[in-house]
Amino acid sequence: MVKRFFERFYVLIIFVLLYAPIAILFVLSFNASKSRAKWGGFTFKWYGELFHNSDIMSALYTTLIIAVLSATIATIIGTVAAMSIHNSRKLPKMVLMNATYIPILNPEIVTGISLMLFFIMFKINLGFITILLGHIIFNVPYVILNVLPKLRQLNKHTFEAALDLGATPTEAFFKVMLPELLPGIITGFLLSFTFSLDDFVITYFVKGAGINTLSTKIYSEVRKGIKPEMYALSSIMFLTILVLLLIVNKRSEKQEKKAAVKG
Amino acid sequence: MNKKLLASPYIIWILIFTILPLALVIYYGFTAQTPDGIVFTLDNIKKISDPLYWKAFLLSARLSLLCTVICLILAYPLALILAKSGNGKKTLLVFFMILPMWMNFLLRTYAWLNLLEGNGVINTILQFFGIPKQQLVNTPFAVVLGMVYNFLPFMVLPIYNVLIKIDDSLIQASSDLGANKFVTFRKIIFPLSLPGVISGITMVFVPAITTFVISDILGGGKIQLIGNIIEQEFTFASNWHTGSGLSLVLMVIILFSMAIISKFDKDGEGAGLW
Repeated sequence: MVKRFFERFYVLIIFVLLYAPIAILFVLSFNASKSRAKWGGFTFKWYGELFHNSDIMSALYTTLIIAVLSATIATIIGTVAAMSIHNSRKLPKMVLMNATYIPILNPEIVTGISLMLFFIMFKINLGFITILLGHIIFNVPYVILNVLPKLRQLNKHTFEAALDLGATPTEAFFKVMLPELLPGIITGFLLSFTFSLDDFVITYFVKGAGINTLSTKIYSEVRKGIKPEMYALSSIMFLTILVLLLIVNKRSEKQEKKAAVKG
Repeated sequence: MNKKLLASPYIIWILIFTILPLALVIYYGFTAQTPDGIVFTLDNIKKISDPLYWKAFLLSARLSLLCTVICLILAYPLALILAKSGNGKKTLLVFFMILPMWMNFLLRTYAWLNLLEGNGVINTILQFFGIPKQQLVNTPFAVVLGMVYNFLPFMVLPIYNVLIKIDDSLIQASSDLGANKFVTFRKIIFPLSLPGVISGITMVFVPAITTFVISDILGGGKIQLIGNIIEQEFTFASNWHTGSGLSLVLMVIILFSMAIISKFDKDGEGAGLW
């Protein structure tokens, strides 16, 4: 009993630690005072003003567009790359796999500066395009690592069977292979989307002047104090994601139950 | 499908977007801009021994090691508790463990200022118990706290993932053969969880030793880590050669420590070369 109590208490402490800053941000989003250091009364006004703050809105817009585009493109490139790695012989496979791990294992700051040097070297103007490219580059490995295990589980004879039964290779790919790979592809996409949404370090080095994502916008405001609208926005985003995740969880639970009943 | 044709685009992709940028860091790290043009030099590498840089590097190493140890101590019991809780509860707890990561990490780190400040939450609680105000913000303590806060899930999740895969029958066999709980842990559970511990250590140590954001926000510019130095060389100082040289040193040190750590991973779940 005592042990049980200690375990619960321990988990509770850790969760308090994890959620304390989030609680602070929620509270600050309702703080009428512009300064985070004092409480000026309860207000909803930042939630309204948020939509009139063109700086924050354009940063949000850039962040979302980059996240959607980079995740989509990285998913396509990563899936094709995973198939090519899967099909290559042993030595090239090992070399390719190790090269795939480089962006994951490299410290973000090194990836960031290396890409910055690269873009400047090839005279690509730092801006939207370089942020997008940067995000695609660090997302591709995560897609590969999620699709590869699915490729290994794949029974390659089903693809051949489809061909024997008269499907064209394209048809066989879309109707036989793709559905099997889909869970890995979707996980890869969601991971990429999340990483892109939250990335700061790489964006910071490759973004150039005049464009901001939410992360770099927040960083630029750290010294002079973050605008309360930002707390409101992050609270909205957090709640949206919480609700979405809960819905997805509920649905997959239901599906599992159904599958369990069927099985 | 022509298999050979399929493989070549990805090789080109890697060469252009992964290898070439890194080669540029090496190029800048080993060269200097002089009136006679660009010349080969080791000066950028040697700059790590410059007292200013060396101090920053030592501080980074100390704080990130401390952060890794604290994360390990906090995470292991937590992963054990998570791994043995009931199925539904397990998923829920892991879900709430990951959830905070969906709030921007800069904002979450920034919010710690409100907790740590002179009139912040923690000091208010301390005063309630009659403990005098503590200077918490802009100290190495605050930076380590920020690191632990941000990277703790990266330690918990890999350990948890390994622990849930351990076959229960091994633990039963161990107790059938007369081992008590402590011996079972020391001889069965802990050795089997080592791959998770090792990937946790790398996932915490690497971002911690290279961070410049956490030290910037919670150190208020007073705590200079090697990450801050490198960042400033690239942004304010525009000295790419020095910045690249220092990054190379940092990379080599990280690779070296990862090689040492992975020696403990006998099964070698890593990817070949690394």
